[in-house]
Amino acid sequence: MTEYNFAYLDEQTKRMIRRAILKGLAIPGYQVPFASREMPMPYGWGTGGVQVSAAVLTPKDTFKVIDQGADDTTNAVSIRTFFQRTAGVATTTATSDATVIQTRHRIPEEPLHEGQILVYQVPIPEPLRFLEPRESETRKMHSLEEYGLMHVKLYEDISRHGHIATSYAYPVKVEGRYVTDPSPIPKFDNPKLGDMAAIQLFGAGREQRIYALPPYTQVVSLDFQDHPFEASKADHPCGMCGATDSYLDELIIDDAGGRMFVCSDTDYCEARQAAGHKGKDAA
Amino acid sequence: MINLSDVSKTFTLHNQGSAVIKVISNVSFAVVPGECVALTGASGAGKSTLMRMIYGNYLTQAGQIRIGGLNIVQAEPRDVIKLRRDVLGYVSQFLRVVPRVPTRDVVAEPLRALGIPEIDAHDRASALLKQLNIPERLWSLSPTTFSGGEQQRVNIARGFAHAYPAMLLDEPTASLDAANREVVLSLIEDAKARGAAIIGIFHDEAARAQVCDREIDVAQFTPGLAA
Amino acid sequence: MTPLLSVQGITKRYGAHIGCTDVSFDLYPGEVMGIVGESGSGKSTLLNCMAGHLTPDAGQVVFDTRTEGPRDTIIMSEPERRMLGRTDWAFVHQHARDGLRMGVSAGGNVGERLMAVGERHYGDIRDKATDWLGRVEIDASRVDDRPTTFSGGMQQRLQIARNLVTGPRLVFMDEPTGGLDVSVQARLLDLLRGLVRDMGLSAIIVTHDLAVVRFLADRLMVMKSGRVVEAGLTDQVLDDPQHAYSQLLVSSVLQV
Repeated sequence: MTEYNFAYLDEQTKRMIRRAILKGLAIPGYQVPFASREMPMPYGWGTGGVQVSAAVLTPKDTFKVIDQGADDTTNAVSIRTFFQRTAGVATTTATSDATVIQTRHRIPEEPLHEGQILVYQVPIPEPLRFLEPRESETRKMHSLEEYGLMHVKLYEDISRHGHIATSYAYPVKVEGRYVTDPSPIPKFDNPKLGDMAAIQLFGAGREQRIYALPPYTQVVSLDFQDHPFEASKADHPCGMCGATDSYLDELIIDDAGGRMFVCSDTDYCEARQAAGHKGKDAA
Repeated sequence: MINLSDVSKTFTLHNQGSAVIKVISNVSFAVVPGECVALTGASGAGKSTLMRMIYGNYLTQAGQIRIGGLNIVQAEPRDVIKLRRDVLGYVSQFLRVVPRVPTRDVVAEPLRALGIPEIDAHDRASALLKQLNIPERLWSLSPTTFSGGEQQRVNIARGFAHAYPAMLLDEPTASLDAANREVVLSLIEDAKARGAAIIGIFHDEAARAQVCDREIDVAQFTPGLAA
Repeated sequence: MTPLLSVQGITKRYGAHIGCTDVSFDLYPGEVMGIVGESGSGKSTLLNCMAGHLTPDAGQVVFDTRTEGPRDTIIMSEPERRMLGRTDWAFVHQHARDGLRMGVSAGGNVGERLMAVGERHYGDIRDKATDWLGRVEIDASRVDDRPTTFSGGMQQRLQIARNLVTGPRLVFMDEPTGGLDVSVQARLLDLLRGLVRDMGLSAIIVTHDLAVVRFLADRLMVMKSGRVVEAGLTDQVLDDPQHAYSQLLVSSVLQV
């Protein structure tokens, strides 16, 4: 690999990103602006996550990429291949073997351990954006802790649907200070954000923001006293491995509306099947 | 209750060559509780001007006008407003209301401003409207569409809703029929009986004779008219 | 008695142009003051300086806070001033869409200030919002509708409800009846007058409509070229104006 610098980005860029990451870790939940680079993939395909991964990867790391929990989707495969080629690092699909995991829309089912880094791809880092379009105003709201607006969004949900219908990118408050967008993970994953042993880094390439949660950070999902937060999932066991504690994808399997539910975390599902667990739809 | 000493007023018309017109000079008189004093004089003598000065509606250039201890000439706006709410009532010739407000609310408003509960204020308003022969079916309508006489009676009902210790009446019986005129005169006599100090302008000489204890000819204070 | 608001020597320049200069007055609890003047007279600049939307070049805006007594809001920290802005102060914009969140339901609009001061019980927030819709004569069945589906008058009433729900003590109003039909104006004026009386509100109303101040304001300030040329009791200033400009202003109104 002589054509590219290690992990594609030049060292100065990586230093700049690392500084942003360190600042983010020092101020959990705070969105740190950084000079996002053009990457050899379109915005929306994980340019923020890729830059963060590039900045934290070392030659000894083992890299895993998941997209909606799966290791085998286009996006996951191409990013994994990208770092195989540009950094020459080892890759894996096993959650526990990975030292750096880049993810889109999920947190792995298997609890992460100390020493691991979870890198999130973030499309819109500003949780207040949909109600307050002015960046100058949302920054002020963060700096002054004016977060009433966030509850207006949840209020609207309840008034329209009878319950908080926000099911992904569910806003959280970090260490009692910053209201933060956890990226579009299902709210089922929200409880895993808090008190996690691994480092969590969030990169938004188009929006040029990095934020972070150091290990064992307090993260609380926003709610109302009479409408408390609930981490919900489809009320089925996994059709392949029979797990009842994992987040499920619903698959339509024929033209007659037949469907099955399977773990969205493919590594978790395969590990369980290898250990002999069997769901009702398993061949 | 009402004391005027050495009161003078000029109008300066800046947009008409800065003409300065002296309208009232050196007025002094007093009205005690239970007394009704009529202001007389020819049209243009300054009766209404003087009355508006006493109400604080026109600015007084010199002298003092004391009502219940407050010198209205130098008082802060909020003190004048408090005085008008609690002490000094004024029945003008013209009804001025917000469109669409029902007649009964218009009449009850002075009482509501004093913090009297809506029910009680409405009771008092209803009684006055009945006394002044305003048909009950009109009470829920805005008075803006009423006839001149009806508007005048609504105005009087509003002016008498609260038992002010001092009252200014500008032509209260004008444009009223005989029966309603009697009602208004009895309201004035009731007010006197409870100790109100009243200053009135009445073109109706019989009415003036019936309720007023003395007359003050305003012409004597009007520069150019006196002599 | 301590004034609720004491304005001292407020001056705001835009380069060489004077926005407003050396304006001082005291406003007492329960008082409603009108500020009139033609376009460009500096009345809106003054209002925005007082409400903290603009920083004046000189002067003080001393507000009698609930907990700490009189404080100069100009030198107060921004979080404190913004906190005032959503608790004890209210600001009614001329255009309701400047004061409302058009993409949020009526209930959410009214509830926002409650949530901003920490209310976290959905049922309570909704009940209060519904109650306030009633007070501004909006049917409770519209609580989940967005203001985009409301008429101009309803939007303005919703804006008022949204502002008054936290029980402010001082309301700034910028042409509150501007842009509304005459019939709708009257209804709004009546509503405002009732709310001011029942809640004991103090208010500062900027308008060029003399009829509005006659009905709502106890006191009046007339502004011209950034200066206050006359001030006093509303009906006295309107019926016996002393300054040349006030006389011109009053005599320029068409009689209906």
